[in-house]
Amino acid sequence: MLGNLINQGRIKSPWVVHFDCGSCNGCDIEVLACLTPLYDIERFGILNIGNPKHADVLLVTGTVNQRNKHVLKNIYDQMPTPKAVIAIGACGCSGGVFREAYNVVGGVDKVIPVDVYVPGCPARPEAIIDGVVAALEKVKKLLGMTA
Amino acid sequence: MARTILPFGPQHPVLPEPLHLKLTIEDETVVEALPTLGYVHRGLEKLCEVRDFNQMIQIVERVCGICSCLHALCYCEGVEQIMGVEVPRRAKYLRTIWGELHRVHSHLLWLGLFADAFGFESLFMQFWRVRERIMDIMEATCGNRVVVSVNVIGGVRRDLTPEQCAWIEQEVAIAEKEIRQLTSTILNDYTVKKRCCGKGVLTKDQAYQLGAVGPMLRGSGWAQDARQTGYAAFGELGFEPIVEFDGDCYARSAVRFRETLQSLDLVRLAIARMPAGETATNVGGAGDDDTPQVIGGKRGDIMQAYNRDKSHRVVAAPPPNLDIPAGAIAAKVKGKPQGEAVTRVEQPRGELMYYLKADGSKHMDRVRIRTPTFANIPPLLAMLPGCELADVPVIVLSIDPCISCTER
Repeated sequence: MLGNLINQGRIKSPWVVHFDCGSCNGCDIEVLACLTPLYDIERFGILNIGNPKHADVLLVTGTVNQRNKHVLKNIYDQMPTPKAVIAIGACGCSGGVFREAYNVVGGVDKVIPVDVYVPGCPARPEAIIDGVVAALEKVKKLLGMTA
Repeated sequence: MARTILPFGPQHPVLPEPLHLKLTIEDETVVEALPTLGYVHRGLEKLCEVRDFNQMIQIVERVCGICSCLHALCYCEGVEQIMGVEVPRRAKYLRTIWGELHRVHSHLLWLGLFADAFGFESLFMQFWRVRERIMDIMEATCGNRVVVSVNVIGGVRRDLTPEQCAWIEQEVAIAEKEIRQLTSTILNDYTVKKRCCGKGVLTKDQAYQLGAVGPMLRGSGWAQDARQTGYAAFGELGFEPIVEFDGDCYARSAVRFRETLQSLDLVRLAIARMPAGETATNVGGAGDDDTPQVIGGKRGDIMQAYNRDKSHRVVAAPPPNLDIPAGAIAAKVKGKPQGEAVTRVEQPRGELMYYLKADGSKHMDRVRIRTPTFANIPPLLAMLPGCELADVPVIVLSIDPCISCTER
């Protein structure tokens, strides 16, 4: 009964943590634009939060490089289950224009499992919101809430 | 007094980017700050060995998404200088217009983040609301909100129709009105002044000796701006840099606030003085397909949905026709760059410098990028010791850090 209530809350109001993983800032400012009055994801209960320990959804922008892959793994491990990971932008999906650069490992999925890919360079705020909604469907399945 | 070492970053709520500062604190006072960089290093300067000199435009645009237009402009000016290409006057004006729109969006973004750094969230929302108007202009004229990708070697990829110019002028006028409404809050509000005045002071001598650039330098009393060199159309626009003298966080935010309004004026002036004519001049190896890509049919649907979302706002006029004007042409001439060039442009964060070396092949020999945040980190480290821990986010943000520029 209580578990049900908590799960309802998880789906109704997912908390999101954003990590810039070697992005060019293009996708980051679009993630931030989602919070601002025009797109305003808070009206859907989606809340941006600084602490990975409080978060349900991890938004990762940009390519993974040799240095920040440890940071990314660390943030992912700190998040409580159930959790979802969204890779944003061409770089997050595959490495994008930087895939041939020497310090680039590749997309986010080289380090942590990714649930939703949001392509675009940079991804539009609408697409990012769509990505979060798609990730929540996956979390629902994980919780056995799909009726 | 016992010393504590506090990590600031790499993942920190106030920083949109991974910068790590090792702060040594005594009680509540910072005594030493050591930066650790490298979280965003991709090694894209070396990509010039695998991408040809035209494809490098797409790479340098992604050095930094916020000021992508100015990176491409700096690179293109360098290659044009090597190849001896004369850019048409109209293209110079168009570069100025998009470059200044980029500065406006970057400064509004920064003013919002800065407000957020001292906990003034509604001001953050206000600035970002105005900023969306500028993003609309970029999307309607270039097809993308952030990475506009208008610069090509020899000119620009897109033209503006008279209707588009008129629409931009209307939107800019509304944006200016909305920004002016925020003047009293960002410049005169008690809480804002309390958090910014006298914090992170950089004296005039320090700014010069530590090599500060951009609003950092101008906030400390130096009237120096790369736009004074007259690149693009700035030589014909009578540009004067904006200067403040206090050298604290308040002075720097005042410089950026006033520059936002100045850039809007420059956009209007450039539109008014822009000559008619072709947009791109003859360059070798510019590619076979000279016709600019016309965006597919789905675009209209997206724009419709997009406009529906904005129904609550004052809309000056419907966005103009997105079709590419007929004037955009780029003829083909064989040739590859050979030689060296150094170019400087003024990015929103300060002076950006490119050193380019080409050896006559289709790949550049060397692309060296010196970005403004790189120059502004030594002044930041001079400002931090002695400040209170609570002021660290405000001071760090006051340099407008762009880590992806710095580390490339």
